[in-house]
Amino acid sequence: MPTPDDDLIRKRQREGARVLALLLGAFVVLLFFITIAKTSLNW
Amino acid sequence: MPTLEMTNPASLPADWRDFLALTKPRVMSLVVFSGLCGLLAAPEMPLVVLGFTAILCIALGAGACGALNQWYEAELDGKMRRTAKRPLPAGRMNPQSALHFGVALGAFSVLLMGLATNWLAAALLAASILFYVLIYTVWLKPRTAQNIVIGGAAGAFPPLIGWVAATGRVELLPVLLFAIIFLWTPPHFWALSLFVRSDYAAAGIPMLPVVAGVENTRKQIFLYTLPMAAAAVAPWPLGLTGTAYGISAMILSLVFLVLAVRVLANRSTDPKDMGAEKHLFAYSVFYLFALFTALVVDR
Repeated sequence: MPTPDDDLIRKRQREGARVLALLLGAFVVLLFFITIAKTSLNW
Repeated sequence: MPTLEMTNPASLPADWRDFLALTKPRVMSLVVFSGLCGLLAAPEMPLVVLGFTAILCIALGAGACGALNQWYEAELDGKMRRTAKRPLPAGRMNPQSALHFGVALGAFSVLLMGLATNWLAAALLAASILFYVLIYTVWLKPRTAQNIVIGGAAGAFPPLIGWVAATGRVELLPVLLFAIIFLWTPPHFWALSLFVRSDYAAAGIPMLPVVAGVENTRKQIFLYTLPMAAAAVAPWPLGLTGTAYGISAMILSLVFLVLAVRVLANRSTDPKDMGAEKHLFAYSVFYLFALFTALVVDR
């Protein structure tokens, strides 16, 4: 049976994973637009 | 499955909000603003996405500075009321996580700046992070009352970085913007340190009011305000900005000077009677926002 500490750890891990996924997704989108912009500048 | 004994909150995975708190978002807002103004004041505008990335990198670099500063000063922060509730002194985070977060954020911001804009801007960003962490936090802050004077250079970099990100060059106007923030930092921080000096004394940080006394600090605030006002007005007679900025800079600096004179005239050593110092501190934040806004509007 999970202890209250286990629940808190899982909750923190889930939240952390969600935030990290969002940030990585945003980074990929940003990198895409940077590449497009740099290409248009004949980088 | 191993049983997890959680007696120490720091052994829990840190909450993402605590990582955010490590970056000192309120300090970051001023850094982002001044960096943005440097970028917008530049004669050449980068593509929107590249300008956005440059500002993002300045913000992330400032966040890295905040995280590394809090990692290094966790013990000191625990001794001061103002900072005791931060994630590390409050025991909500493992110090190693804070260190890794700060180093990764700093390295990431410099690399992204170099790839998105130019490597001169990235080098300046790297220099500002290293200056803040190594020169200010580790070396000067715990050793000398001049910590704020020299350390102020770290906070003065953002408009210069913003400008260089846009143009790829260092010119006179961004150097003057650097000088304005560099000279603004001592009056701003010393006004604060006057009414929280007992905190600094308790933590053993040699801030000027602790080392040189309240009267001497008030005199130094006034003396630094003079060259700061001169640097703020200078872009106008030098032909680098227009009349709108020049008049705004004169009025804003005049009010700053009046408030600095009120601080100079105050004789109280009781923080409760330091209304003049509190007004100057609050106004100094407004001053920088208003001055840089005037610069962008004028361009």
